[in-house]
Amino acid sequence: MAKQVVVFAETKNGSLRNVSLEVLEAARRVNDGGLITAVIIGSQPEALADSLAVYGANEVVFIENEILNTYTTDGYTQAFTTIIEDKNPDIILMPHTALGKDFAPRVAARLGCGLITDCTDVEISEGHIVFTRPIYAGKAFQRRVVSHDKIFATIRPNNIPCSKMDHHEAPKKIQKTLNLDEIRTTVKEVIQKTTDGVDLSEAKIIVAGGRGVKSTAGFEPLKELAQVIGAAVGASRGACDAEYCDYALQIGQTGKVVTPDLYIACGISGAIQHLAGMSNSKIIVAINKDPEAPIFDIADYGIVGDLFEVIPLLTKQFKQVLQDQG
Amino acid sequence: MNIMVCLKQTFDTEEKIIIEQDQIKEDGVKFIINPYDEYALEEAIRLKEQYGGVVTAISIGPSRVESALRTALAMGADKAILIDDERLFGDEFTTSKVLAAVLKQHDFDLILGGYMSVDNGAAQGGARLAEELDLPHIYAALKVEVNGSHVEVQRDVEGDIEVIEAKLPLLITAQQGLNDPRYPSLPGIMKAKKKPIQYVTAEELSIDLTQIQAKTNIKDITLPPERQAGRILQGELDDQVNELVQCLKNEVNTIG
Repeated sequence: MAKQVVVFAETKNGSLRNVSLEVLEAARRVNDGGLITAVIIGSQPEALADSLAVYGANEVVFIENEILNTYTTDGYTQAFTTIIEDKNPDIILMPHTALGKDFAPRVAARLGCGLITDCTDVEISEGHIVFTRPIYAGKAFQRRVVSHDKIFATIRPNNIPCSKMDHHEAPKKIQKTLNLDEIRTTVKEVIQKTTDGVDLSEAKIIVAGGRGVKSTAGFEPLKELAQVIGAAVGASRGACDAEYCDYALQIGQTGKVVTPDLYIACGISGAIQHLAGMSNSKIIVAINKDPEAPIFDIADYGIVGDLFEVIPLLTKQFKQVLQDQG
Repeated sequence: MNIMVCLKQTFDTEEKIIIEQDQIKEDGVKFIINPYDEYALEEAIRLKEQYGGVVTAISIGPSRVESALRTALAMGADKAILIDDERLFGDEFTTSKVLAAVLKQHDFDLILGGYMSVDNGAAQGGARLAEELDLPHIYAALKVEVNGSHVEVQRDVEGDIEVIEAKLPLLITAQQGLNDPRYPSLPGIMKAKKKPIQYVTAEELSIDLTQIQAKTNIKDITLPPERQAGRILQGELDDQVNELVQCLKNEVNTIG
């Protein structure tokens, strides 16, 4: 039976985040011919509607109010809930990003719904929509269904590959201006700390350092390699606890859970809590002095050696190969 | 200042997961306070030390959770509440309804908790609870400053920092980096034995059990396919690196 779906399309600096397209892909798996509505909150270019249509949106709602140009929990919760109440869809899907984590549970509570967060897969099985999500940071997986009321889930970036529609029609564009109630928090300032622009949770390639990196300066060769191959830099808890880098870079059961195409672990021994955060990466490369390090048990390729010798060589060779490719 | 700290008892992060009869095996497992909740608890104790007041730790779960609450009391919480009635267990929807019902019976200025748990990892509790109590919330705090009823929080947004202002009463969830939690001291542990834990059952809450039934069901739990060890490259380092670059170039099309 056709199911109407509303998705939240997240933008960053005026562009759609890739995860928004992945959420549309999830919507296409479960809508069974039903209408897919994408919602964009805050003043954004109208052209985004066409990009969303290419990936499956039938209509795009733009909700505007000057207050919504800056993210606040109250503002976005009110805006998105209004559209849900208006559209009364069967299914609601959102990205599991900083923003989604912050306001999806609030919307669910306001609607009195269940919510299945951080899903890495969705399928229809025996007539039910079944969501797969990691628990214990990926040490195990849980399949979950919604038993009552609306189906509401958030989708983890980088897990459901998005694809363009074979054919699509021009999307219906709906502009909506909204009056908002009180916003109880004020954003005073945003301090940009990420310099390279590649977010860990969405990165296709990650170069991560552990205790073997030995110091803050020791991260420099990793950063150079990351820059050459278009990677984000991450770290183990060991490196963060030793204050070689910021906790924002930590990958593991505490910290971020990542699933890139390529994970290069440098000087990381492979504690269980770290493996939980990265062992679902597609290809894992380990570089470590200690041939007995547990990280080698899960790595596709291993180099036993000093990372300060290996990484500069790797950077040099990648530079060469990429140059040759033009 | 009266501060309520919501905490969950979780597996130690070094524990492996074993599934037996479709359930995750708990025998012999080392339990800890969820690390993110521990940051929240530490922050509550520091605020109390600075401004005075009472810190209450609250948890929902089976009787084993009492040991997590004793640890919280040993760290410096003044009292604890344990909701250990199975009829009040369910999914994230249920838990937030039950916690809200308990918290409504208490006076508080601030609620603190971790932004997520390292077991279920749903990251729903804080925002849901705030909504149930009609309070604002601030998510993933890295720094909290309270000045009278004015609160300024630095929060983590995918690596960047947002500085947020709000007023009490408020709910704040803790991110790693907020503080460095203390270990319970020996006198702390001795004192904790005498501090009160209140046990709460459905009868003591004005709650309709039919209205808090879980909205979601777990179909099954599985382990990920075991990852096989691959190849340790051999030969001169130059050759190893060369081989690695060639392999990766062919297998990963997102390089560059």
